Formats: sequence, C-alpha cells, structure tokens
Amino acid sequence: MAGSMLSVAGLSKRFGGLKAIDNLSFEVAPGTVHAIIGPNGAGKTTLLNLLTGIYRPDQGRIMLAGHDVTGQPTHRWAAAGLGRTFQNLQIFFNMSALENVMAGRHLRERCELLPSLLRTPSQARAEAACRAQAAALMQRVGLGAYLGARADSMPYGALKRLEIARALALEPQVLLLDEPAAGLNHTEAREIDALIRELAHGGMTVVLVEHNMRLVMEVSDRVLVLDRGARLAEGTPAEVARDERVIEAYLGAAEAAEAADA
Amino acid sequence: MPAAASVSDRRATAAGERRGVPARAPQLALLAAVLALLPLGFANNYFYEVAILVALNAIVCIGLNLLIGYAGQISLGHAAFYALGGYGSAIAATRWGWPVWLSLPAAVVAMGLLAWAVGRPTLRLKGHTLAMATLGLGVIVSIVLVNEDRLTGGPDGMTVPPLVVAGRALQGEPTWYAIVAVVLWLAVWLAGNLIDSPVGRALRALHGSEVAAQTLGVDSARWKLRIFVISAVFAATAGALTAHYAGFITPAKASFLHSVELVIMVVFGGMASIWGAVIGAAVLTLLPQLLTVLKDYEMMVFGAVLVATMVFFPRGIVPTLARLVAKD
Amino acid sequence: MGANWMQFVAGGLTAGAVYALVALGFSIVYHASHAINFAQGEFVMIGGMGAVSLVALGLPLWAAVPLAVAGAMLVGLLVQRLALEPAQAGGQADVVTLIIITIGVALFLRGLAQLVWDKGIHSLPAFTGSEPMHLGGATVMPQSLWVLGGSAVAVLALGWFFGRTLLGKAMRATAINPLAARLMGISTRGVMRLSFVLAAALGALGGVLTAPITLTSYDVGVMLGLKGFAAAILGGLGSFGGAVAGGLLLGLIEGLGAGFVSSAYKDVIAFVVILAVLFFLPGGLVGARGSERV
Repeated sequence: MAGSMLSVAGLSKRFGGLKAIDNLSFEVAPGTVHAIIGPNGAGKTTLLNLLTGIYRPDQGRIMLAGHDVTGQPTHRWAAAGLGRTFQNLQIFFNMSALENVMAGRHLRERCELLPSLLRTPSQARAEAACRAQAAALMQRVGLGAYLGARADSMPYGALKRLEIARALALEPQVLLLDEPAAGLNHTEAREIDALIRELAHGGMTVVLVEHNMRLVMEVSDRVLVLDRGARLAEGTPAEVARDERVIEAYLGAAEAAEAADA
Repeated sequence: MPAAASVSDRRATAAGERRGVPARAPQLALLAAVLALLPLGFANNYFYEVAILVALNAIVCIGLNLLIGYAGQISLGHAAFYALGGYGSAIAATRWGWPVWLSLPAAVVAMGLLAWAVGRPTLRLKGHTLAMATLGLGVIVSIVLVNEDRLTGGPDGMTVPPLVVAGRALQGEPTWYAIVAVVLWLAVWLAGNLIDSPVGRALRALHGSEVAAQTLGVDSARWKLRIFVISAVFAATAGALTAHYAGFITPAKASFLHSVELVIMVVFGGMASIWGAVIGAAVLTLLPQLLTVLKDYEMMVFGAVLVATMVFFPRGIVPTLARLVAKD
Repeated sequence: MGANWMQFVAGGLTAGAVYALVALGFSIVYHASHAINFAQGEFVMIGGMGAVSLVALGLPLWAAVPLAVAGAMLVGLLVQRLALEPAQAGGQADVVTLIIITIGVALFLRGLAQLVWDKGIHSLPAFTGSEPMHLGGATVMPQSLWVLGGSAVAVLALGWFFGRTLLGKAMRATAINPLAARLMGISTRGVMRLSFVLAAALGALGGVLTAPITLTSYDVGVMLGLKGFAAAILGGLGSFGGAVAGGLLLGLIEGLGAGFVSSAYKDVIAFVVILAVLFFLPGGLVGARGSERV
C-alpha cells in the first residue's frame, strides 16, 4: 500500500509441523509506533526474525519503504533501512561500548579494504568523525557515563540502551525493538519509554514487541495482537484493550466474560 | 531525556575516546627502535638466524590472528599457504626460470587467489566443521607435496634459489634480518590499521555476534572471505621469504603439525592482540631453541610449558598481562 | 576383482573399527566439555606400547592387555585431574584454551613415551595366532576379527551404559544442561573425569587390538588422533552412533581408495570425501541441522 513504511502481506512460516506465522498482514505507517503483543508462543520473535531476514518466509511478501525485501539475506535488510535490537542481547562483548556503536555505522562508513589497511589521511579523518558520531548517539540514549567502558563491564539496563544506540547508528528508517524493556526495573523501563517516544517524535518509525503492557499502552499509536501466529486484533491501544478476544487470549474465557459484564 | 551534554560529560567523552583506542603510533615507533637496535646485542650469526625465524613466524601469526582472534574463525591448515608460498616461488624460479623478484610476489598473489577460491565454500562452515575442513585441505596439500616429486622434489624437498634483486643476491644473516624486520614492521602497521577501521570493526562484530553484525549490514560471507585471503597472503609471504632465506624447503612445512604450531602461537600469545601474535611467535620459536639442550626431554618439557601457560594465562600471555596491569 | 574388493573392505573395516573407537573417545569428551581432546590419539599409543612393555616383562597376553588399558585409564584420569581441572576451575573455561591444553598434554605424553620406551616400532603377538583365514574370498588375519569383535563389544557396552544405567544417564544429563544436572546432585567434575577415563579406555582398547596388525610406536597417536577426529566430525561431533558410522566409513573409504586408486593418495581420497560430506551436510552424517536461536 502506498505510503506505508513497512508492509506485510500474507506472511506464513512453519517449523516442521508447527505453523509459527499464519497468513499475517499488516501495515505500519511512517513516523508511528506500532506495537506487537501477544501471549507467549504467539510468534512475536519469529515475526521479528522474518522481518529482518533471519528466517525466510514460506509465503507472503514484505515491503520496506516501497522496496520488496522478501527473502533477502539479513545484511541487505539493513541496507534497505531496517535496524533492530534483540530480546537476548547480542552485544559485541569483545569490543568497547563506543566501538559497538561505531560498528553500527558500518553501512554509513566507507568500508573498504585498501584505505583501511593503509589508513589514508581521509580514512583517519573519517574514523575520528565516526567516533564522534557514536559518542553523540551514546549521549542521546543516556549512556554518557559509559563512553570509556568496555561492553562486558556494563550493567544490563545500559546494555539494552547500547543496543538501541547501535541500531540507531545505522540511520534506519524503521527500528524494530524486541522487548526493549525486558528485565528492566520500573525506572529503567520508564527511561526506555521516554526514549522511544522521543524517537517517534523525531519521525522514526518504530515497531515494538513487548510484554510490558503499560509501556505499550503509553507509547504506541497502533497495536497488533498476535495469537498462535495469526492476527487476533489490531487498532489503537484503547480499542485493543477493550477487545474481548484479546482479553480472552491473555486471561482466559472466564475473565473475558467477567470483563464483558463489568 | 538527559539534558544537553554538560562539561563533565564532554570531558568524559574525550577521555573515553582516547581510552577506547590503543595508541598505535608510539607502539610502532617503539617496534622500529627495537628492531633497529636489537642486532647490537647479537654475538654471532646464530642470534640473527633465530631473530629472522621469530620475525617470519610472527608475520604468519599476525595474519592468522586476524582470522582467529579478531574475526573468530579457525584454520587448522594455514601451514599449507605458508608452504605453498615457498614452493610456488621455488618452482617458478627453478623449473620455469622466473627471476626470484618476480616469482616471490607471484607466489604470494597465487596463494591469495587460492585462498579466495577455497575460502568461498569452506567459510560457510562454522566451529568444528570449519576446523576439520581447513585441517583436511591442509593435509591434502601436504600429501600432494610429498608425492608429486617430479615437481616438488618429494619428501626430501627441493633447493630454493637465493633472492636476487637488481643483479645482487641478497644473502647473509644481517641482510635478511633487515628484510624481515621491515616486512614485520609493515605487517604490524597494516594489521593495526585494519583493526581500528570500519573493516576491523565489521570483523570483530562478526566474532562478537554474527547475527547482530548482519543486522547492521555486515555481509559476513564476504568479509570472512576477505580476511581469510589476507591471512593467507601474510602466511604465503612469510613462507616464500623463509624458503629463499633457507635455500631449501620441505613438505613438512605444510604439515598438520606445523599448522597446529601456528595456531598455538596465536592462542598462546593472546588472541585479538597483534602484540600477542608477535610475543607468541617469539616465545614458541625461542623455546624449542632453548630446550634443545634438554635433548630427549625437549618434547615433554615443551608440552608441560604449554599446559602450564594455558592454565595460568587462559587468555594468552598478552591479554592476561594487560588485564593485570589495567587493574593496578 | 571380486576377491580384491572383499579384501579391501575387510582391511578397511578393520582400520575403521579402530577409528570408530578413537572417534567415540572424541565424542564422549566433547559431549562432556565441548572441547576437542587432542590427546585422544596418545591413549591409543599408550594402550599399544603399554601392552608391548608388559609382554616384554614376561606377562602373558591375557594379563598385559587389560593392564595396559587400565594404565591408560589411569593416565586419562590424571590428565583430566592435573591438566584440565585447574583450567576449568572457576566457571567456564574457554574451549580454545582447553584444546590447547590437550595439545600440550599430547606433546608431553609423546615426549614421555619416547623416554620410557624408545623411538622404535614394536609389535604385539596376535591374540589367537597369525594363521591367515579365508573368508568370502578375502584373506583375513584372525586379529582383524578380534579388532572388529572387540570394538563391537565396546560399542554395545557403551550403548548399554549410556542408555540404561543411572550413571550413564547422569552423564548425558550433564552434557545437555550442566547447571540443572548439578542442581540434581550430579557432580560435573565426576562426570568429566569419567568421560576422560572412558575415552582413554576406548583409545587404549583400539591400540592393543590393532597393535598386532599395524604395529605401534611412540608417535602412532598423531595420525590416529587426526583420523579419529575426522571420523567423529564426519559422523557428527557429539553423536555416538555418528562416531561409529564415521569411523567405519572412513576406514572403508581408505581401504577402497588404497586398493583401487592409489596407496599413496588414500588419505587424500578419504579427506576429499570428508570435505564433500561437510560441505553438503555441515552437521555430519548424523548431526543436527540447527539454526541459531535469537
């Protein structure tokens, strides 16, 4: 559909006998925060992996900013404008925090063998600029205190934010966040919440997979509810919170009846 | 959201930026000084010989370290590139009559091409299967070198003509020391540049988390292949130089045992550390020389030293020492 | 010709049985520690050379063989206890570190063997005589039957152990989830030690069984270790069935290659086949084809 930043049509994926994603379609408008929620096992992480080329779909099409990216290898998705963070942190622990973010600039830097081997003056200048940009990004996500730190010495909450900074270094058009608030305490979750809202205000399109309902309700423009790999409901946070089917999927039929009577 | 960076934040930024990157220029200057002044302590040609061997092994190890320590791959067959570099130059010079100043670089380029061809299917493998594949390829090369005796001289090896440049034969320990010292310095310089560059970060990212690196746009197959080729070129250069220095080459240079020796030097010295590669090569080249006095006990003691070092310096010598120093 | 074909198969399977035992040793240690034990080949050497020594001292064969195997098992225990445990103390030791330690151990054992014994080649008397037998058109040494039979018994015993005994199951549990196993009261250290002892036993068994045929010397462990490792990977590292299949297959390919193509290049043929398998089945013949969980 014209105008959507991310467009998924008829997406299906099975693993052996299990249909992890079943004929899923949705659109994400530019500059919005689109949350994907669902009970455990609903297929949220599978969907994200499909959306970054880590899994290949059996059927369906995915369009990113108008380009068909279905079936492309992972590294091309990044080139198409998609950045992502991981539920199980995939930080580069063998590098410093700053270098992690600098690594995120891979596609934006001139990454060529000969200039790198010879460290030409223009290469050296580019290095310094890259370092400055990475430092600025770390500041932006609130990691100013960790500029000199090694990644393996940082606390969990900071690492979650480091991954976001690293994904932002890519200058993506769409940012996929996989449970950014998982494992964080209340204060840290609110900071992530504020960061996401700030990114959205800046025009970034954000797709968010989360369990933390308060975060989802506060931050999202639209919510997609998955259940057993298929679309259960979609709409604004308020609409989805009132939807009987959603309540039933999360809490069970009895509670759904209770809620209907309330 | 945090307010605009305060003064202390900015200072932290600058300090962090400085601390984040090792100071390469002073290290390179120090290396140059050491290499230049070392011969003053050489009592006779034997010292030169050992130093030349150390330098040549260090060159291979720096390249292998890029592959193993930084990019996180493995090769148990790298001695094949080393040996073929030597054999390639020797065969071109003796059987096809090429001048050595041509055959040597040609052999190195040929090894780069071979690495490119072999690397494409091989690097799709990971972990133990990659180890096995490189091991197998190395053993195959080694057996072929032994058996194709019309070309290679068979198990006894072949003689290698001296390096002749502009009509002058480069021979003698001091001359060769100068040659390998320059090449070693260049190797350290190139490797250092590579590490602190976007390419280096892409490689280290692959090692850190291949999936995450790919989501940042790193084409992992392409970069693994390139670093494999670079490490093969380092090995072939060292191998070719060794052959022309020694005047002789045997198939044992391509053996599995030699490949393992090279990996041990890299791990022993410390992975993901250029200095680790140099120190590892130095110690493990010198140690057998020192242990020859023990004659029959040499293998035992060497093994025991290896075990003890890895138990007490599990990350290798240089990183473990660096950590101890950093804590102070 | 028909007779030749059977001959090569018989010879290949005999060698393959030894590779299978060595490969099993690799798989057992890998299962427990995720490390490759490069000293595995040396256990084969210790078995063979040990038996040779004991026989030379006057012991009858039926006593020397089990004693040699027991000796190797003791060495295996000491290796784990003295060389590996100190490195594994304090949590997870880096796999690469452990591998290099085993290489050091291999060198140490080989150097020691050089001193305790000598650099010469030795043979062990055949178990039940050396009159060649004629089976199915092939000329087979009785010792070959011992090799095949002995290996088969060892594999079956191992299968029973891991599948039916509590201890065996405890070992498998530890390999799958060490923390959970520890919480259940299983000593991971004990499991590691037992793994090494078993691996040594298997290697040494292979060594004594094959010494009458292939002779033995202080450095026989290098090539055998290499081939056993290749067989283990061929079958799929960590899979016991795979190790056996890989070993037998490797032996067969070698035997047929040596017979029909070239004796000098038999190893090349074998490795080419292994490489081909790895390129198409990276998990080995039996191994898992997994994808990373992110």
